[in-house]
Amino acid sequence: MMAPLPNQEEELTPGTFLRGLWEENPVFVMLLGMCPVLAVTNSTLNALAMGLATTFVLVCSSALVSLLRHLIPKQVRIATYIVIIATFVTIVDHVIQAISLDLYNALGAFIQLIVANCIILGRAEAYAAKNRLATTLVNSLGMGAGFTIALLSLGTVREILGSGTLLGYPLFGEHFQTWVVMILPPGGFFVLGAWLLLFSWLQQRRARRITEGEEIRVRGS
Amino acid sequence: MTVTEQTAAAPAPPSSIAMVRTLGGIAMLSGFLVVLVYQLTLPAILENQRRAIERAVFLVVPGAVSRVDFQLAADGLNRVTEDTEDSPDAIAVYAGFDADGALKGVALEAAAPGYQDVIKLLYGYDPACECITGIYVLKMTETPGLGDKIATDQTFLANFKALDARLSAAGDSLQNAIVTVKNGTKKAPWQIDAISGATVSCKAVGRALNESAHRILPRLQPAVNQLKVEE
Repeated sequence: MMAPLPNQEEELTPGTFLRGLWEENPVFVMLLGMCPVLAVTNSTLNALAMGLATTFVLVCSSALVSLLRHLIPKQVRIATYIVIIATFVTIVDHVIQAISLDLYNALGAFIQLIVANCIILGRAEAYAAKNRLATTLVNSLGMGAGFTIALLSLGTVREILGSGTLLGYPLFGEHFQTWVVMILPPGGFFVLGAWLLLFSWLQQRRARRITEGEEIRVRGS
Repeated sequence: MTVTEQTAAAPAPPSSIAMVRTLGGIAMLSGFLVVLVYQLTLPAILENQRRAIERAVFLVVPGAVSRVDFQLAADGLNRVTEDTEDSPDAIAVYAGFDADGALKGVALEAAAPGYQDVIKLLYGYDPACECITGIYVLKMTETPGLGDKIATDQTFLANFKALDARLSAAGDSLQNAIVTVKNGTKKAPWQIDAISGATVSCKAVGRALNESAHRILPRLQPAVNQLKVEE
């Protein structure tokens, strides 16, 4: 992990953004924020909306924490972070209601529960409180994008298998027997498990290739 | 926080004033932002809710193009105006009218416990034929793919095109209780043909309609003449 040491500000590099997408992906690598990942990924649209809402809260709260990082006494930092996060969650809650009531009803209590999403509090504590505004913005955008991509990978698979549609448009003929379990809670676990399997297989394969490559080089020399 | 600040602060905790200042400041900023967004989004949210109700009312009252809200309270049927107070006992009655201002029917609310949680419905009632003209599911958490078919299954929804809800001769109850029957055994116009595989949810719909019709219609039917577009 390339996480910066405590009290040491990180330089702005492409890695600042890309870490959230792959190396430290909040869902597939850190296994954080599982509650919305499993609960609201029964359709692509819900997954996308949840991902964007979480990204908004993550970016805004990290930015504010980063700006105020020298003013917040250590003893009350968690309380302060929670108030900041709760504020942006309330804002998102109202904005989604204003955009579409159907979407709001579909996401249900999970919008309010963004407050308790450990990715956001984790970013505030582990990154925003120690870094400049610019790097914090880039890093939290990367994390948010990684979270959204992860939600979408679950949401699309579950919607295609469970409802036979993508973004509400039917993909197969009328006689497609939908795999209802995929849009029920167990489906979330199945699909998450399958994705985790794929990712660890990819990682293992890459690690094996690197070692094999080194062995060849050693023999050749 | 830098290294020097931390080591300096460790032995003597910072004054409570700093903590109070931070928390108070953040809370004020938070309050300001929340109120600002609330004010900005309120018109759009109210408009969305109004449109959602309107869409549902027009769906269950075929032919309606405008709606007027009434309230059935202890003192009779009243038009809902801006100064109408919300009272928990009052029953909402959404009257739907066609372009000429003729009453096409009213939309009423019904609810009953379903398979997992309460199913809330809006149903249309036509006082002219004394029948239910359509249902719309407002809220439910029925099993996806099984129980949630009550909102989409066309054969099931066809039950409610003209579901008999006549009042008895005395006018104090329904002539025939609305019941859900097993799939394929519907015989009378007041029976609902269940979806096979979603019996519990279908029965809940029947119970909700029966309870609501039984409670509201005997009070509503005598006051039907008061349902007009104009005051």
